[in-house]
Amino acid sequence: MELDAKIPVTELDQKWADYKNHVNLVSPANKRKLELIVIGSGLAGASAAATLGELGYKVKVFCFQDSPRRAHSIAAQGGINAAKNYQNDGDSVFRLFYETVKGGDYRSREANVYRLAQVSGNIIDQCVAQGVPFAREYGGLLSNRSFGGTQVQRTFYAAGQTGQQLLLGAYGALERQVSMGNVTMYERHEMHDIVIIDGKARGIIARNLVTGKLERYFGHAALICSGGYANVFYLSTNAMGSNVTAAWKSHKKGAYFANPCFTQIHPTCIPVTGDHQSKLTLMSESLRNDGRIWVPKNKGDKRRGIDIPNEDRDYYLERRYPAFGNLVPRDVASRAAKERCDGGYGVGTTKMAVYLDFADAIKRYGKIETGKLGMTDTKNETITELGKEVIAEKYGNLFEMYEKITGENPYDVPMRIYPAVHYTMGGLWVDYELMTTVPGLYSLGEANFSDHGANRLGASALMQGLGDGYFVIPYTLSRYMADEIRTNAISTSHPAFDEAENGVKERIERLMNVRGNESVESFHKRLGKIMWDKCGMSRNEKGLSEAINEIKALRKEFWGNVKVSGEILEMNPELDKAGRVADFLELAELICIDALNRKESCGGHFREESQTSEGEALRNDEQYSYVAAWEYTDSGEILHKEELTFEVAMPSQRNYK
Amino acid sequence: MEHYTMNLTLKVWRQKNRQEKGHFETYDMKDILSEMSFLEMFDVLNERLILENKEPVVFDQDCREGICGACSMYIDGRAHGPWQKNTVCQLHMRAYKDGDTIVVEPWRSAAFPIIKDLMVDRKAFDRIIEAGGFISVNTGNAVDANSTPVDRAKSEEAFDSATCIGCGACVAACPNSSAVLFVGAKISQLALLPQGDPERKARVINMVDQMDKEGFGNCGNIYNCEAECPKGISVENIARMNREYLGAFSSSEMQTRPNPAKHNGV
Amino acid sequence: MTWKQLLTSSLGKKYLMGATGFFLIIYLIVHASVNALIFYDDNGATFNVVAHFMLHNYFIRFLEIGLFAVFILHIVQGLMLWKQNTSARKINYYRQNFPREIKWYSRYMGWLGTFILLFLVLHLYNFWAGTKHELYFKGPSNDLYKEMKKVFTSPLLFTLYMLGLVSLLFHLLQGFQSAFQTFGINNRRWIPIVRRIGIFYSIIICIVFALMPIAFMAGWLQ
Repeated sequence: MELDAKIPVTELDQKWADYKNHVNLVSPANKRKLELIVIGSGLAGASAAATLGELGYKVKVFCFQDSPRRAHSIAAQGGINAAKNYQNDGDSVFRLFYETVKGGDYRSREANVYRLAQVSGNIIDQCVAQGVPFAREYGGLLSNRSFGGTQVQRTFYAAGQTGQQLLLGAYGALERQVSMGNVTMYERHEMHDIVIIDGKARGIIARNLVTGKLERYFGHAALICSGGYANVFYLSTNAMGSNVTAAWKSHKKGAYFANPCFTQIHPTCIPVTGDHQSKLTLMSESLRNDGRIWVPKNKGDKRRGIDIPNEDRDYYLERRYPAFGNLVPRDVASRAAKERCDGGYGVGTTKMAVYLDFADAIKRYGKIETGKLGMTDTKNETITELGKEVIAEKYGNLFEMYEKITGENPYDVPMRIYPAVHYTMGGLWVDYELMTTVPGLYSLGEANFSDHGANRLGASALMQGLGDGYFVIPYTLSRYMADEIRTNAISTSHPAFDEAENGVKERIERLMNVRGNESVESFHKRLGKIMWDKCGMSRNEKGLSEAINEIKALRKEFWGNVKVSGEILEMNPELDKAGRVADFLELAELICIDALNRKESCGGHFREESQTSEGEALRNDEQYSYVAAWEYTDSGEILHKEELTFEVAMPSQRNYK
Repeated sequence: MEHYTMNLTLKVWRQKNRQEKGHFETYDMKDILSEMSFLEMFDVLNERLILENKEPVVFDQDCREGICGACSMYIDGRAHGPWQKNTVCQLHMRAYKDGDTIVVEPWRSAAFPIIKDLMVDRKAFDRIIEAGGFISVNTGNAVDANSTPVDRAKSEEAFDSATCIGCGACVAACPNSSAVLFVGAKISQLALLPQGDPERKARVINMVDQMDKEGFGNCGNIYNCEAECPKGISVENIARMNREYLGAFSSSEMQTRPNPAKHNGV
Repeated sequence: MTWKQLLTSSLGKKYLMGATGFFLIIYLIVHASVNALIFYDDNGATFNVVAHFMLHNYFIRFLEIGLFAVFILHIVQGLMLWKQNTSARKINYYRQNFPREIKWYSRYMGWLGTFILLFLVLHLYNFWAGTKHELYFKGPSNDLYKEMKKVFTSPLLFTLYMLGLVSLLFHLLQGFQSAFQTFGINNRRWIPIVRRIGIFYSIIICIVFALMPIAFMAGWLQ
């Protein structure tokens, strides 16, 4: 099948307006007869479901959590970008577009990114109208901050809980539609398969996680808004339940999976403490604005961090990247930390951590404060005391969180941090309309691949999730639905539903009947280790080939030796997890295949074979300026390429020196 | 930070499903690391139970960073355990010492029926939000975000109310199983913002009405909700709700929007 | 919203508790002030004059009906809330601990109220029934001062009165600030003041009442 992104043929800044002006519409009377299925209730799912409900469609929303408000969008800390230019500092739709494409290392689609930048401002308007309490200035207007080293202040935020506030806004809008009868909410339900009738997505098979029963639901179209797949690495900053199942089942039913190897590793997370570790916690990127990252100059330095004098410290980011210093992009900072730790300079009990030190910032702010107060007496304790107050005001909640987890007080001793998997840029391939290669099957938010290329910029994930849900899908879905007004609701006793349900049933029974000796969790951990070691921050041909074989072997072992306790017809989180891990075991192989295929370094994907003499990532635009979209077949994955053409944002090499 | 290992006795509530009666089961936990989180200790227990062909303990959890509000355990008589302003998932084992016995129970409230073991059904909260915990603004209706300045102090207060994670610790910790802190927080958030003003009267009436239908108890102004709230939501929110409700009743122009929620609770 | 809706809602019930509570708080001031006349060292002459006036004044007797109504509302509503609150948790916790800032008495308002109710029955029997007997059944004329002396010098009754007052003290400590919270008067500026006034009020009222039996028991008053 030829990939057609269906990008409107006109000037870049006219494409979206042109599309909206010409798209087919559906009358209110017809909308009432059209049913939709939304999988996932995070920013993308909740905003899409609420908006489509408002328009009059009959929407069913499914989430595996006990409430739509728990979707993992809730954990986003930093903020949301929007090209409002409220700060009068030169921001514009074009700049946001340009920086997103450049930040994504020229592996995203210009038209999609431009549209995202265009709708970014509307998102803020909508959220404020919903009662999202963004940070404000004393005059009562919205406050902005700069995020991830951008030169403009375009990030809107609500303390360190922006994701929570945005999600609760969308959740409120969703619940409003539930109360009006436009949306039906199915909590504690997990999608297990897509039902395809005459080549179109027409429904799903979902498992009611409380009763364990399989249920059938019809929809004229379905939207996959199930988030990313970072948990394929076992340890990530994703929630424990975050999974790829909905996206993977869609893939197996014909939706292409694009750029799966583009995973983002966030440089500032709390390091792993041991084998018991179940997940990792992010410390907001904003900490790098004031913290200095270092490791001891000497290998195996046994002294405590605060006892190591300045001359024995290696501020390696400042050394390697004098222009950007500690504010280099996420991928660069992450790799640099790995390089030091692999070299034996790591700190902490596991030696897989680097220091993020606020001592200098505390001193600097303390001095400014004493100056402000006109203090002539500049005892060191006074300066430190005042400096700590400033730091507490800026990062208090993060410091508290760090102390809760580690038991160390980061005001007195340097934080220990290490990179962790955080976000996945890859996902279901979608066209300009966010439709996958299966007609009637859409994908929004992190679940799709479209806007972040090979690397996502800070504060852009929230923007994309809400942009897709509030402002893109209502228009693009209308194009498809206009042709569906004559399609009556299909009964769920249709043979296609029988077939899909039987498939799901068989698979669940197979999982339960292995009755082996190893827990699901243990398999997941082993998978994570393979992925992290061989397909993590830095990848090479040999490692990836090994990983593919190891994953295949592990998958075989899983199906021969997994032990799933409990029964099918009851609340059984072990069974839920088993299904998810089984899917991760398949996806993992595809990630490695994709990583092996892409013999260039770009964004979060670093191939050791493709680097400059100084060890920096080297892109290969001649050969790899394409989206790798993988088609699932019984005999293996087939690669389809969507060539990326850049008309406005011309590719250049990133340079942070 | 000194790390150490400890042996513990865990007393955990086990209940097959909503209908069957529950009971406590005692487990000896060996070599638990002080660095583990409380839920990671449960992971260790579950791994062991699975390998012993026993049923692992079921509990709600998801983000494990204290923000999603899924985790919900009543530990040694305290919602979310011994640390204040904390969720179970952020509780770490260094809070305990060798030889301790820990009692773990589910949230107990008639409005939160048990699904299994430590997992309860908190849909009552969603239904309360459905009754009015939102601002009725369709997508696309919004005016420019900066067209309405908002008093910064009020905005910050609204934010403090909005940090509620909907975990239900307030209900669990309340001797009366009252949900007023949860409801008051949402009502406060929206009452403090100019955007929430047009619907404030109908909102408070409908949300309180739904809360009453769900079978929660009445507030006794004991304030254990505030003390146990992982986000430190203040009981001032309850006072504000009380004012809003009285104000809504007193106003003559009040017309109740029929409560749209279809469910009548438990 | 109708009155019925208001008064049957969970918040409405609380308003009723708060409003009747406020009324009773004020009533206690009046009650304590009148009774304090016994300390006017004339062997109860002044006190008995006022008591006689209050017994025979129609306006006061009309108010008394209102007072009873308020008492009954407060008691019945309180008991109903207590029952409802208990049934909102079908299975109790095996273990329940409270942080130190949670005052124990705030959790036992139902019990404290019940103790006060029992005390009230005794109290009415001791001091109220006799006066009504005199008034409506032409019973013997009541010398309340003497009655007090009789009651308060009985060790059993003395002890019961002291226990009743302890219950009242804690009931008031929680009830006073609670009533303010119920009517939404709670913010950072006012609540510390309200709390202090509440503590001051509760202690003073209970001390004044307690001094009466003590004074008779100790023989300060004859």
